[in-house]
Amino acid sequence: MNMGEAQRQGVTSEHGSGASSKLIVESVSKWFRTPRATVHALDGISIEVAAGEVVCLVGPSGCGKSTLLDIIAGLTKPDSGHVLADGQLVTGPGRQRLVVFQEPSLFPWLDVFGNVMFGLKLCPELTNGERREIAHRFLVLVGLEKFERVHVHELSGGMKQRVALARALAADPQVLLMDEPFGALDAMTREHLYDDVQRIWRDSGKTIVFVTHNMREAVCLGDRVLLMSQAPGKIIQAFDIPLPRPRSIYDVDLVGHAARIADALRGTVGGGVPE
Amino acid sequence: MKRIVVSLLFFIALLAIWGIAASSGRWSPVLFPSPWSVAEYLRGALLDGTLVEAIYVTMKRLLVGYAIGLLIGLPLGLLVSSSQMLEDTVGALALGLQTLPSVCWVPLALLWFGQTEGAMLFVVVMGTVWSVIIATDHGARTIPPIYARAARTMGSQGLHLWIRVMLPASLPFLVSGMKQGWAFAWRSLMAAEIYVTILTGFGLGQLLHYGRELQAMDQVIGAMAMIVIIGSLADRILFSPWERFVHRRWGTNVK
Repeated sequence: MNMGEAQRQGVTSEHGSGASSKLIVESVSKWFRTPRATVHALDGISIEVAAGEVVCLVGPSGCGKSTLLDIIAGLTKPDSGHVLADGQLVTGPGRQRLVVFQEPSLFPWLDVFGNVMFGLKLCPELTNGERREIAHRFLVLVGLEKFERVHVHELSGGMKQRVALARALAADPQVLLMDEPFGALDAMTREHLYDDVQRIWRDSGKTIVFVTHNMREAVCLGDRVLLMSQAPGKIIQAFDIPLPRPRSIYDVDLVGHAARIADALRGTVGGGVPE
Repeated sequence: MKRIVVSLLFFIALLAIWGIAASSGRWSPVLFPSPWSVAEYLRGALLDGTLVEAIYVTMKRLLVGYAIGLLIGLPLGLLVSSSQMLEDTVGALALGLQTLPSVCWVPLALLWFGQTEGAMLFVVVMGTVWSVIIATDHGARTIPPIYARAARTMGSQGLHLWIRVMLPASLPFLVSGMKQGWAFAWRSLMAAEIYVTILTGFGLGQLLHYGRELQAMDQVIGAMAMIVIIGSLADRILFSPWERFVHRRWGTNVK
């Protein structure tokens, strides 16, 4: 099987045909022009994500996975190709596709509750009472209802990301985009969050694109893992993860899957090992 | 509480040393008045209304000039921060003119506006506006871009993005920019009042100036004391609440 075939097979979701796809990325390419050089960041990326599916993008740092997520979010424009969300062409950012960033993106001038309310205040169909109720509900969901009036800088890194997750989920996006949200956290906090996140996702049934460079994290969270290569960023292989949920990061089968993906990456970049 | 006591003791000791030095008789009381004669002067000036009048005139000039400086400086600073071309032109101009001590504007102001309130305002505005532009520009450039990105994905754009995100995100530097502007406005006004002797109002700086003309050292020192007191009070009243808010929310500089 040649690479092109693998790509076509891999990127089409088994959960649905193209017609019912929540999110379609079609031959997206991106170049970055700096005064010194032009970097080919993404090369003809095509992905289809079915409704309710969790797709993890993994790859070495600098492979353009965050750029791809920005393009899906509408924060960056692709140089060629396009993104369809619910059949609609993505032309800019919008609250149908919310992003949880790796860097702390909470607003320091608002308290925890105010941060979750920020997105809700941009939903004109809600009354203020409904907004408060929703904000509270999602803070309960991430286990931070006791911290509603706390200032952002007083939270730990893990708590900040929980608030960011609550803020994103509260606005009820169609698609949740997560850009290495746990990358800056310590291992213990991260593992704790995996359990929470799996529970929350199961209940919310959101369509999720999750970017990470951690193989086990990808296998733990994803229904499907797409492996990207570096410079230019390309999807080189796709893996279905048929493991039952909730998954533990220490599960033997899970580690086996992660090793398979790591091997595939090593094979393609010629000995390069991802972090 | 302990800090207040320590600082009180310090100033009492300072006054005591001044009093002892003045009463030692080594220096002429005309050139080196005692704290009591300065206090006596301030009491008299307060009672006959000159001091209140001077403070009123000075504060009016200061507030009007400062407000104009902010109204020009803040938007201009934001504009400069958003464009490389403006940075290279207006930004460079501001950087250059900011190094000019505000008293250097006085001759120009006098020639252009004569002995008028306009000259006074001109000096204050020129002293304020450049430093406000620079502080605002610098601050706006250091807002983490992640805030705008996060807000945009949540559907914030245009005016909403500016008022709900960029403005509060820039609060820390806006406060420091406004504070710096205030300090410059205050210094410029004092320079202007000492050099521009106009009849439309008699401010604290002029009180100081005429104290020198009349060889009234108690008046000179009394006016200086008032300038110090008003300067630091204004700092407390106008800026401390904002600074505390910023420190509490951003978690910076927690004491």
